[in-house]
Amino acid sequence: MTTVIALVERDFAVPDIRCAGCIAKLEQGLVRDRRIATARVNFTEKRVHLSCVPDAELPDLIGAFMALGFEAHPIGNALGDADPAAAGSRELLRAVAVAGFAMMNIMLLSVSVWSGAAGATRDLFHWLSAMIALPTIAYAGRPFFRSAWRALRHRQTNMDVPISIGVLLASTLSLYETATHGAHTYFDGAVMLLFFLLCGRWLDSVMRDRARGGITALLRNMGTGAMVLGADGKSRWIDATALEPGMVMLVAAGERLAADGAVIRGSSRLDLSLLTGESAPQLVRPDDRVHAGTLNLDAPVEIKVSAVGADTALADIARLMGEAAQGKSRYVRIADRAARLYAPAVHALALLAFVGWMIIGAGWHQSLLIAVAVLIITCPCALGLAVPAAQIVAAGELMRVGVLVKDGSALERLAEVDRAMIDKTGTLTLGRPEARDLERLAPHVQSLALALAQASRHPLSEALTRGLQALDVARADVHAIRETPGFGVEARWGDHVVTLGRPSDPIGGDALATQLSIDGALIATIRFADRLRPDARAAIDALRSDGIDVSILSGDRAAAVAPVARELAMTAQTGMSPQDKLAALARQSVTHKVLMIGDGLNDGPALAAGHASMAPGSASDVGKNASDCIFLGDRLMPIVATLRMARRTQAIVRQNFALAIGYNVIAVPLAFLGYVTPLVAALAMSGSSLLVVGNAMRLKRAIR
Amino acid sequence: MNGLAVLIPIALGLGLLGLAAFFWSLRRGQFDDLDGAALRIFVEDEEEAAP
Repeated sequence: MTTVIALVERDFAVPDIRCAGCIAKLEQGLVRDRRIATARVNFTEKRVHLSCVPDAELPDLIGAFMALGFEAHPIGNALGDADPAAAGSRELLRAVAVAGFAMMNIMLLSVSVWSGAAGATRDLFHWLSAMIALPTIAYAGRPFFRSAWRALRHRQTNMDVPISIGVLLASTLSLYETATHGAHTYFDGAVMLLFFLLCGRWLDSVMRDRARGGITALLRNMGTGAMVLGADGKSRWIDATALEPGMVMLVAAGERLAADGAVIRGSSRLDLSLLTGESAPQLVRPDDRVHAGTLNLDAPVEIKVSAVGADTALADIARLMGEAAQGKSRYVRIADRAARLYAPAVHALALLAFVGWMIIGAGWHQSLLIAVAVLIITCPCALGLAVPAAQIVAAGELMRVGVLVKDGSALERLAEVDRAMIDKTGTLTLGRPEARDLERLAPHVQSLALALAQASRHPLSEALTRGLQALDVARADVHAIRETPGFGVEARWGDHVVTLGRPSDPIGGDALATQLSIDGALIATIRFADRLRPDARAAIDALRSDGIDVSILSGDRAAAVAPVARELAMTAQTGMSPQDKLAALARQSVTHKVLMIGDGLNDGPALAAGHASMAPGSASDVGKNASDCIFLGDRLMPIVATLRMARRTQAIVRQNFALAIGYNVIAVPLAFLGYVTPLVAALAMSGSSLLVVGNAMRLKRAIR
Repeated sequence: MNGLAVLIPIALGLGLLGLAAFFWSLRRGQFDDLDGAALRIFVEDEEEAAP
C-alpha cells in the first residue's frame, strides 16, 4: 500500500459548475474515489484538474463525475497543456507589469525634476530614469518592435511602426540629453506609452483566451473514444486517436460514433442531424455504412471501423472549410485600417516639424526635440486602447448572457452584417427529440412514464424525463427496474408489470415513438419530434426590425422545412449539400455582408465563409470551431443581443476614434510650436487614455 | 543629497519587491481562478478527512 505511484494529471471541462456548492461537492466528492488523489476546481474556466492513478481509465473518471451529478468532458492530453496562446498572454501580462513598475518609478523621479530639481540632482535623476527605462523598453517593447519589423519587411506599415520609431527615437534623444546635462528627457513618456499600449494588447489577448477557454469546455468530441471489442472477447475503452481500421466498436444507445465504419451486428436508428441537417433518424442494419459524429438512438450496435481521423467523411468538409476561411482572413481590423492612414500622417507631421524648425534656424538639436515631442504626443496611445477596451467590455457583457465571442475582429464583422442565413435543424429548431402531447396523458401514466424513463440513459428516455419534469410530475413508486438495451425498461408497479419501450410495430413511417404498457396491454404511445426554439419567431422578427434580411438554408427535405418556414414567414432553400450552402452564401456575399448561423458539420464550410458566423452551444465541434461566436441555451434571442451589442461597440469605437482625433487636433499644434514639455506629454497621454477607457465602460450593462 | 542616497534605493527596492511579488503570484497560478476565490469562502472544509 505504501508504494509510491506516479500520478497522472488530467483536465476536465465541467460546464455545470455554478456555485460554491458545486466546488465543494466536486472537490470533496471526487477524492472519495480511490483512483483520484486530488481534485481542484477552476471556477472561472469551469474546469477540474485531477491527479489520478495511471490506470484510471477515462470512462471511470467521467463516471466519478457522473455519480456526483456533473457532466465532464476530458480536455487536452495527459501531458499537461503547453498552450501557446495562453503563454503569449502571460508574456504580455509580464511586460505590462514591468512597464507599470518602470513607469511609476520614473514618474517619481520625473515629478521631482518638473518641480524644480536642478544641477547635479537633475542629472542624477535623469541617469536613474535612463537606467530603469532602457532595460524596460528593451523588454516590454519587444511585441511592438517585432510586429513593426515584420510589417516593414513586407513593405507595409501598421500601428506598431510609429510606436517603435517614436519610442526608440525618444529614448535615444533622452539619453543624449542626459549625457549633455539637458533639461528635458522623455523616458517617462516613452515608458508610459508602452504601458498603455501593452494594456490594450493584453486586453485583446485576454478576451481571446477567455472565449477559447469557454469553447474548449464545449467541445464535447475532444478526447472521445469507443468501447472496442478485443480478440479475447473482452471490451476496453480506446481513445478516438488510437482507433484503427478493422477494430470493432460497441456503440451503446445515446453514444456518438467515434469513427466511420460499417455495422456488423445489431440494427438501430442514427441521428444524422449534425452531419447532414436531416431531421428524421436513419435506420441502419448490418453492412450499412455509418459516419463518425452521428448519434446512436435506439439499440447497441457493433461497428467495424473503416476510417479514422483525417480519412473520415469529415476530411472532405475540412478541405472545403480551409478554402472558405481564406476570405475571412482578408478582413482588416478597424485599428489596422485606421493605422494605414494614421501612421503616414504621424511620420509626415514629425518630419514636417523637424524640417520646419531647421528652416527657421532652431538648430538640429532643438528641431529633433520638437519632432520627438510630436511623435510621442501623436502616438496612438488612445487608439491602441480605444478598440480593445470597448471590445473586451462588450465581450464580457455578452458572456453574461451566454454568448462567447471568439475575438475582437468577430465583433467588428458582426456589426457590419445586413443579411442572415440560418440553418434549420438544430439552429432554428432545438435539434433533439422532444416528447409531444405529454399533458394529455393521464396523471398515473405520466408518473409511471417518468419513473421508467429516469432509469434509462437512452436519448428518448432523457427527452421524456425532461418533458415530464417540466410538467412537475411526481415519480410513481416502482421497483425491480430492469433495462433491456434495444427494447426498453421494465419494472414492477404494485402487482403489475409495466414496460416502456420501442413500439412493437413501426408507427407512422420513421417517426420516433415509445410505448407504455401495463401487463402487456398498450396504455399510451408517446411521440417525439424536433421543435422550434421557444423564441424563434420573436428573434426572427427582431432581426428583421434591425434591418437584417433572414432566410433558411437547410440540408433537410423540403417537406420538413416547409412548416418551419411558414411559421417564421421566411424564405427557404432546402436539400442543400455543404457545397450548395457555400455557393448560396458566396452568391449573397457579392452584394451583402452575410451572417451565417448554423450548427452542423454540413454548415461548416458556410460558417467559415460567412462574413460573420454564429453557432448554438449544441452544435457539432466543426460548427463551433468554424464560427465566430457561440450562444448557449435554447433561446435564439442572444443572436439579436449580440448583433445589437456589436453595433453599439462599433459606435463606441468610432466615438473613441473621434476623441483621439480631437485630442490630436489640440495637442499637435502645441507640440509643433514646441510647448510640449515631458510634463505636458505625460498629462495629455494619460488623460486621453482615461477618456477612451471611460467611454468604453459605458458598454457595461448595455444589455438589460 | 544624503537623504536621497537612502530614499531612492528604498523606493526602488519597494517597487521591485512589488514586481517580484506579482511575478511570483503569477507563476503560482494565483490569478488563474479569480471568480472561484470569491466563492471558496462559502466552501466548508472536511477537516478530519485530511490525512
